[in-house]
Amino acid sequence: MPLLNTLARLEAVRAGRARPLATVRHRHLSERPLVLVPLTTAGEAGAPLGAMLGTDPDDPLVLVVPQPRDRTLRWTFLAGLAECVMPYVDGYADVVEPAERTETDPETGRKTKVEAELCVDAPQIIVPSRAGVEYVRLLGRSMRFRRTAEEDPENPYPAPARVPLLGRWFTHLAERSRVPGSSMLLSATELLGRHWATGQSNLEDQHLGSLLGWLAPPEGMSGAEWALHVELGRDGHGRLLFPPAGPATDPAFDNGLLAPAISRFDAARAAAAADGPGAEERVREAELAVRELVTSQMAHTWRQTWEAIALLRALPPGERTTDRWTRDRWSFTGHRDRVRAGEPPQPRRDDAVTAAQKLATRETEQVRLDAQEALDDPLVMAGRRLAGEAFAGEVTEVVMEWTEGKRPRPRPLVTVATEDRPQLADEGGGKVFRSLDGRQQAFAFVRHEEDGQLVLRVLDKMGAGREPVAGSVPEKGDRVCWTLFEHDARGGPKLPDPEHTPWTHGGPPAHLSAPTPPDSVTDEDLL
Amino acid sequence: MTGFDPGAAAAEATAAILRDTLHGTERGVVVDSPPGAGKSTLVVRAARELAAAGRRLMVVAQTNAQVDDLVLRLADKDPELKVGRLHSSDGDAYDPALRELPSVTLSAKPGDLAELPVTISTAAKWAYVKDAEPWEHAIVDEAYQMRSDALLAVAGLFDRALFVGDPGQLDPFSVVGAEQWAGLSYDPSASAVSTLLAHNPQLPQHRLPVSWRLPATAAPLVSRAFYPYSQFRSGTGPGERRLSYGVAGDGSGPDRVLDEAAASGWGLLELPARHTPRTDPEAVGAVALVVRRALDRGAVTADEQSPRPSPLTAARIAVGTAHRDQAAAVRTALASLGVTGVTVDTANRLQGREYDLTVVLHPLSGRPDATAFHLETGRLCVLASRHRHACVVVARAGIAALLDEHPSTEPVQLGVTVKFPDGWEANHSVLAHLAEHRVAWRP
Repeated sequence: MPLLNTLARLEAVRAGRARPLATVRHRHLSERPLVLVPLTTAGEAGAPLGAMLGTDPDDPLVLVVPQPRDRTLRWTFLAGLAECVMPYVDGYADVVEPAERTETDPETGRKTKVEAELCVDAPQIIVPSRAGVEYVRLLGRSMRFRRTAEEDPENPYPAPARVPLLGRWFTHLAERSRVPGSSMLLSATELLGRHWATGQSNLEDQHLGSLLGWLAPPEGMSGAEWALHVELGRDGHGRLLFPPAGPATDPAFDNGLLAPAISRFDAARAAAAADGPGAEERVREAELAVRELVTSQMAHTWRQTWEAIALLRALPPGERTTDRWTRDRWSFTGHRDRVRAGEPPQPRRDDAVTAAQKLATRETEQVRLDAQEALDDPLVMAGRRLAGEAFAGEVTEVVMEWTEGKRPRPRPLVTVATEDRPQLADEGGGKVFRSLDGRQQAFAFVRHEEDGQLVLRVLDKMGAGREPVAGSVPEKGDRVCWTLFEHDARGGPKLPDPEHTPWTHGGPPAHLSAPTPPDSVTDEDLL
Repeated sequence: MTGFDPGAAAAEATAAILRDTLHGTERGVVVDSPPGAGKSTLVVRAARELAAAGRRLMVVAQTNAQVDDLVLRLADKDPELKVGRLHSSDGDAYDPALRELPSVTLSAKPGDLAELPVTISTAAKWAYVKDAEPWEHAIVDEAYQMRSDALLAVAGLFDRALFVGDPGQLDPFSVVGAEQWAGLSYDPSASAVSTLLAHNPQLPQHRLPVSWRLPATAAPLVSRAFYPYSQFRSGTGPGERRLSYGVAGDGSGPDRVLDEAAASGWGLLELPARHTPRTDPEAVGAVALVVRRALDRGAVTADEQSPRPSPLTAARIAVGTAHRDQAAAVRTALASLGVTGVTVDTANRLQGREYDLTVVLHPLSGRPDATAFHLETGRLCVLASRHRHACVVVARAGIAALLDEHPSTEPVQLGVTVKFPDGWEANHSVLAHLAEHRVAWRP
């Protein structure tokens, strides 16, 4: 953790309120995000209990599974989920703008610009906590390999229409959420944690309620007191006053209320099967009772998630978040194209090349995110300056110099007075960078003066002539911030195609040369 | 111990490696090399023999410094051998000394070097070479520090390869989470060798049995603590390496620990227990003072190569730390004591380097917790195995208790080979040994 963030946490403890870690919002927030609050059943992997979702804080769609172990009801639930989420996702698929994309020509191997279309906006799903993101991934995995009746007429248990499609989109969103700085699937706790420091540990910050408690405690209470109350307060029956953000539920609630209600639903169904009088009515009542219970657990989190969004909306967006959102839009467009082209769902495991490519992308994006957050936000930059990775100072002298040769180029020397202590090598030679109208300008570090001032040499962005373009060289008295890190990240080298996976990595993956043999042990291997 | 001839054992191992490389039937050969076991010598020898056999050879190293070092060694051993140094197009991509060598061709374009018998570059640069005629043979140096995805990018360039590396040093890492691939044979964040062997378990594996760098006082400890299943020995016997001082000690902590290190090869300067920031001013000051005193007292070394004592210069001393800010703090402290020319760096950057005397700021000194980073086996192994004569460790008291309070809690991933010994165990065994050479001191 950067030293400045530690300091902010200490200050939060002393003040009893959260302290800002950022002056701008570092993630894109959609005009119309879809909030999804999922709940899961204890003790049963991938058995949803219910979900509250929608784009309108006042009008959520509530889906509840009255008996989570009943697979038919589970698929009804997932069909309902798809019914709501897919129109939201598809709503972004057809609004496109022309754009250019760099592609490698397969014949010449040269990189060329090709016309492409880019969706002007992309869906954004916000879940309450990081566990919610993992749950979206799990649901995606459980749905994407299913086949609908249309795709596989022989299948005795076809999946409802659009459910496999939802599985593919959930998988895509969850994979994308692993890319640093991406904003297509976000969790409220991570969003708040990025922008504010509380006086509790990172682990405790995973609790949306107590995190919000630090941000806005009620009158007369400190954040710490209120957060503790929110996290641990229980009623006379030992049930949490504030239900957890899920997907896991409060065990006391499970045992005391939910389990009996589900048993009553089971009993009512059994009676209906025996065709008792008024049985249908009793099943409906029992189902309604479970529904009310589960809704009561989600409603609070639903409001808190929107509260978190409202808090973040109050921050001005960071300049470069748009740039990162454009990458999300490309990712959305790309997946849309793959789905439309009829490609199969994402495989269960990445092959060697895909895994390496994903890792390379994420590392590049991490470097880019670190740089962009610092450039967008003086508070983040202050942390980098404190760590010796950047410095700000006043230009005290500029001396013009030129390169030798037939066409001399300007290489002015700039002397800077700074109180920061950048980690520059004593002997000089390292490069430092500043932002010149959003573009990166490189300087070479020449030497330390005896009085501690730094001498830098401007290297580029001065035009092609003998005299530098006006404004391209800092002037005496200018206050400038330099960084030791580059402002953008370069992608890595191109990897071989999966069908050319080398012998060191096991050769081409089996599914490219032969069909995958079905699992011989279980006929339904979905998770 | 009698009857062990280090020279003969090493020669036998080398001969077997070369036999498998030149005449074996498998596409790859893996060589494990403990610290200072003559890995570079082996690479140079294998390169020359492969070139002599007419095999077009590419050499993959991990850093530009390693590449330049290999080129210089090759040119030194065989001034006739034509060597290509493929470099990036950045201005200062290679050591300017290479320009003086007539047998070396420098270029940023692989096409210019295609005809040469040997071409050397970094893995990062090789990854950009496309559509070239595949090389018949490759030597991959520091293969345990190369990541699996880096090997994936270059493996299409060669038919067969010799992989050489030290399994005990720092594993490659990634700045982003890669847990989703943990347990897959081709986990891109794992080391190149683990992927290679997972897919090709039949490849012959050799190891070099003798460390020429580590003195007789260090090899048994390093071997036992970090290489329990592939023991190695030192090339020199007890007493063959000697460190002494022109001036007697003044009885201060730094002087006593230097005397202890001269006598036994190891010294632990223990400061009073305390939780401190990473750049613990007292510990940093103590490190600097130990270096200063070693120079002031006119330390001289004698070894098997030059029995006559030669002065220990600043260039032959290194200070190792876990973090870069600690290294920066030590540099500042040394400068304020007027010491220049001493190498101060993190474990990551000291890998593969060799000095006469090393002074190590213990990674766990003054810490309230022991994280996986600080416990990593390779980090301690690098810091404890850079020296030819002696190693002085500076630490706050209480590390053993700290270790006991923080057993390894990393989640166990299915399919991932558990590294043994783990950092916890290795730290304890090194600490137990250092305790015998302890000098308590209050600055």
